[in-house]
Amino acid sequence: MSRREPLIFELSGEGKRAFFLPPLDVPEKKEILEDIKLREDIPGFPEVTEPEIVRHFTRLSQTNFCVDTSFYPLGSCTMKYSPKINEKIASLTPFLNSHPLASEDLIQGNLEIIKLLEDYLCRITGMDFFTLWPAAGAHGELTGMMIIRAALTRRGRPRKIVLIPDSAHGTNPSSAHICGYRVQEIKSNEAGTVDLEDLNRMMTEEVAALMLTNPNTLGIFEKDIKRIAEIVHSKGGFVYMDGANMNALLGKFRPGDHGVDVIHLNLHKTFSTPHGGGGPGSGPVGVKKELEPFLPIPVVKREGSKFVLETNRPLSIGRIRSFYGNFLVLVKALAYILSLGAEGLKEVAEIAVLNSNYIRKNLEGIYYLKYSTPTLHECVFSDKWQRERGIQNIDIAKRLIDYGLHPPTMSFPLIVSGALMIEPTETESKAELDAFIEAMKKIAQEAVENPEVVKTAPHNAYVRRLDEVAAARNPILRWEKKD
Amino acid sequence: MYPQNFYYTRDHEWVRVEGDVAIVGITDYAQKQLGDIVYIELPALGTHLEVHQSIGSIESVKAVSDVFSPVSGEVIEVNEELNNSPEVINQDPYDKGWIIKIRMKNKEDLNQLMTASEYEKYVESLEV
Repeated sequence: MSRREPLIFELSGEGKRAFFLPPLDVPEKKEILEDIKLREDIPGFPEVTEPEIVRHFTRLSQTNFCVDTSFYPLGSCTMKYSPKINEKIASLTPFLNSHPLASEDLIQGNLEIIKLLEDYLCRITGMDFFTLWPAAGAHGELTGMMIIRAALTRRGRPRKIVLIPDSAHGTNPSSAHICGYRVQEIKSNEAGTVDLEDLNRMMTEEVAALMLTNPNTLGIFEKDIKRIAEIVHSKGGFVYMDGANMNALLGKFRPGDHGVDVIHLNLHKTFSTPHGGGGPGSGPVGVKKELEPFLPIPVVKREGSKFVLETNRPLSIGRIRSFYGNFLVLVKALAYILSLGAEGLKEVAEIAVLNSNYIRKNLEGIYYLKYSTPTLHECVFSDKWQRERGIQNIDIAKRLIDYGLHPPTMSFPLIVSGALMIEPTETESKAELDAFIEAMKKIAQEAVENPEVVKTAPHNAYVRRLDEVAAARNPILRWEKKD
Repeated sequence: MYPQNFYYTRDHEWVRVEGDVAIVGITDYAQKQLGDIVYIELPALGTHLEVHQSIGSIESVKAVSDVFSPVSGEVIEVNEELNNSPEVINQDPYDKGWIIKIRMKNKEDLNQLMTASEYEKYVESLEV
């Protein structure tokens, strides 16, 4: 089965062409090109025939495991199925042909889309204002933290520390660090949530903010969020919510109503604009009224029946992205919101949570579940019981490929050793979930009866087990021509 | 499993003392948790370290982790062999896999560390 597809450069042969033009039968007019610096040749550019090029790329596309062919329990975090209608709408000519330098009066429709999406996101999250410019989730985190820093600086001093639970998204500490803060980790309690006593002890007037992922990376809802916010606010800090898992809360819980001051969303997760190769991402940031003056510029404003871009905002953190964010992603998110409506969005959350719990219930007792607290859109098992027989999460993941399924997220969150984090998302049918559960049960059985077959998986994939260690220690980063 | 005359930290570093020099590495438990180590970032010679200051990071196939200094002092030697063969930490964590040598500023830092039997109990208490 294993076969290496040659690189396009290796298929190349001098003089090969996809097509040949007939000889020129009109007078040559080279002088009209005189001022243009024409490139004579591109060194090393591959030369291949049409069938070679078609077959090469088709074969490559067929070796790819994708959400359009199979179940992908990495979940919304990386790859959930995104309705095709969003793509269709974002591909409409007026959107594609909008020029980033076009003047305000020529992009009124686009500005209306931006404003409309801001309004919807405010209504969904309970925040007062949104900026849609951040280009991805982590960029949103940084933008949100810069807003907090600007507000605290204006109050007197930016403070020094940001508190982050150990069940948060891994990007949170980096964002706080890049924004000039020292990170202090809050350990999870036995229920897998923030320990209020710990928070109380650690929350001082040096703490700028708490960055809370809710539901956290264990899929557990931080139900004490109101109390958490009170503790943080009592010392003058801000509550930042990482809203990457917002798909579990749509229509059920508005963070803005429960003390959250800043939130970022991942449009490419919750609002189904593709990610992970289909991207780019988009990480809008929502804030409460108090923080509005610090939003990045430009700010889209309604003036009568017109939309304008406001840039004269002295307290703003400034521009964080060229032009207008990833505009076509915004169009897709708005299409998703409008096509589902309020009731539909609520159902997204319900089915996402139901699907995850269906898997959890069926695999409980077969795979070890460290936290018994109820979970929302994802559940985190571990390889603890299989490890007794020398089988690790990576072996289970590789074996799933043999069953035609993509592995779930592995070894994250770090607080569960040997983690298998499963997020089916709302788009999967019961039949699809049953097939996954069945495969996971079979693998657990194989781990007992025939561990070798699991340890040496995958057996049916395009390539067998890759030597990740050698690849990381001695990476070959570019192709070089052999003479 | 844990050498008797060493000191240990809660972050799974070990310390072997030779006069006023502390030789620092990571424990067998730590290397097993990390899995195959593929890269290690070492500090510059002469760096002054405080207790619990990061001395660099270790990258394995699974994760990147910081290594923290168990004592305060100055970096006087780093294990250059790890640049080319980080797997030595996996193979021999307590001897050839040592990471740095620190000239200690305050030998009393050692009093804050665990003995082998205390560390063994600590590791047992960590739920997997």
